Amino acid sequence: MDWQAIRLSLWLASLTTASLLLLGVPLAYWLAFSHRRWKFLVEAVVAMPLVLPPTVLGFYLLMAMGPRSPLGRAFEGLFGHTLPFSFEGLLLASVLYSLPFMIQPLATAFAAVDRGLIEASWCLGESRPRTFLRIIAPLSWAGILTGVVLSFAHTLGEFGVVLMVGGNLPGRTRTVSIAIYDQVQAMDYGPAARTAALLLLVSFLVLTFTYALRRHARKPWMMI
Amino acid sequence: MDDDLTAPAPFLRIDAERRFPGGATIEARFDIPQPGFSVTVLFGPSGSGKTTALRLLAGLERADVGTLQVDGQTWSDAVRGLHRPPQLRDVGFLPQAYHLFPHLSVAANLAYGLRASAPAERQARVDELLALLELTPLKDRPPGELSGGQQQRVALGRALARRPQLLLLDEPLSALDRPSQLRLRKELRDLLRNLDLPTVLVTHDRAEALQLGDRLVVMDQGRFCQCGDIQQVFDRPTDPAVARILGVETVVRGQVESIMEGLATVAVGPARILAADPGSLGREAFVCIRGEDVAVERCGAAATESTARNRLAGRIIALQAEGSLVRLALDVGFPLESLVTRQACQDLGLAEGDAVCAILKAAAVHLLPHD
Repeated sequence: MDWQAIRLSLWLASLTTASLLLLGVPLAYWLAFSHRRWKFLVEAVVAMPLVLPPTVLGFYLLMAMGPRSPLGRAFEGLFGHTLPFSFEGLLLASVLYSLPFMIQPLATAFAAVDRGLIEASWCLGESRPRTFLRIIAPLSWAGILTGVVLSFAHTLGEFGVVLMVGGNLPGRTRTVSIAIYDQVQAMDYGPAARTAALLLLVSFLVLTFTYALRRHARKPWMMI
Repeated sequence: MDDDLTAPAPFLRIDAERRFPGGATIEARFDIPQPGFSVTVLFGPSGSGKTTALRLLAGLERADVGTLQVDGQTWSDAVRGLHRPPQLRDVGFLPQAYHLFPHLSVAANLAYGLRASAPAERQARVDELLALLELTPLKDRPPGELSGGQQQRVALGRALARRPQLLLLDEPLSALDRPSQLRLRKELRDLLRNLDLPTVLVTHDRAEALQLGDRLVVMDQGRFCQCGDIQQVFDRPTDPAVARILGVETVVRGQVESIMEGLATVAVGPARILAADPGSLGREAFVCIRGEDVAVERCGAAATESTARNRLAGRIIALQAEGSLVRLALDVGFPLESLVTRQACQDLGLAEGDAVCAILKAAAVHLLPHD
């Protein structure tokens, strides 16, 4: 088995999930509570990776990150190497590709919190950010967990975007799904089967754990 | 209202409108003259805008027109675009559905608004509220395990925790079953009096309004109709909408003189009325009498034996035909309405100014304690 690729995939998935959580919470909050007329535009953009072929997304990302784009030039100036075919480029692509898997569960969970609870908190002197931390976040824990698990699993399993943006550089951009593809291409079925089985098992365990937790969605605090 | 320039500004004055995008406009126009204990009841049928008026006070709705001043400070001024957010208004708000935080214990719900206090001070305040509202044995329970009445007390305690200068109660008893409502009305008013807080209370229940309120603000279809002392509004509704909302009953305030064998004697002006004792009567009560329960006879008529316990001598002030019925406005030491058939009216030859006796059964007199 290609342990290097497995480690890289786990690291990429962890960083992607953490970045998405930081980016996703404010964005999902805005989507759940804003009354702007053009909100639907943002919703559509966020959901795009769900329907777009990974190669299309990868192609545009490659163009946007290239040395002729402002983003690519800025990155190269700062870090001394190009963004495509690097781990950083892969991380950026993964964040965009998994965006809807984080945003949608979060926004749905935030919007489901009873407006009256939020207003009760305001009337008790708590600001909007504080109300989020003390009321909305604890009551949305199931949605947050779903977002985290889906983002992590989706990043672990991504293939097309990684291939387009990251290439296949061992230790830098070769993820576990690419490794399996490589092994199959090389008729190396033994390691491919073992790696695939490992991914299958991990996915199954993570989802089982998530759904088991969610069964207690009504009283999550009773489990702590 | 007289523009008396020497009069001090009222404790609270709201003259504001909320215009909803759908076209509905809600007016809120009333004042609370003094700080300290008083209960102002926003009263009207459902959909009349009572809750919106309350939310304007809490800052949960933004006034599109007009102003709100409390204790010399402007909380809202549409022209200047001024809107003090709910966090900075010193109000205790009890929402209709209570909205207790389901993930927090009773004690944590009470402590929620006290984050800025020192831990020892916060604990002391929570203990004080638990004791005041008799919630101490329940302090570690989640709100979902409480009965409706217990939840109501937690919500009230949470609203009181920060010692607000104004208390806003949205239908505080409507989520409870009927027997609890009747029991809690008196408890709630006693509690509010002890707290010495100005309170604005929304209700659509007339008995609740009479029993809990001092001042009445009548609203109908988003329109502010009348505001004043509760007795004054019931006596002299300014327009037909108010009269319709308040109903046909005669409502007068009286002093409870004695209670014997379940029958209370209540003095209303010079008249004495016998009525069934509803329990928990104090010194004062509102006497409610429906027009159809009041019979009228000529005073000269021989006093026959009757089961009716009340015979009140007076005269007819006015007659007004209403279909097959005639509404008689009587003066029996207090204004009393009677609804009789047109036929009966003709048989007796009743006319304005005639001396008559009003007859009513003790069981038809409805007493609402009001201390």
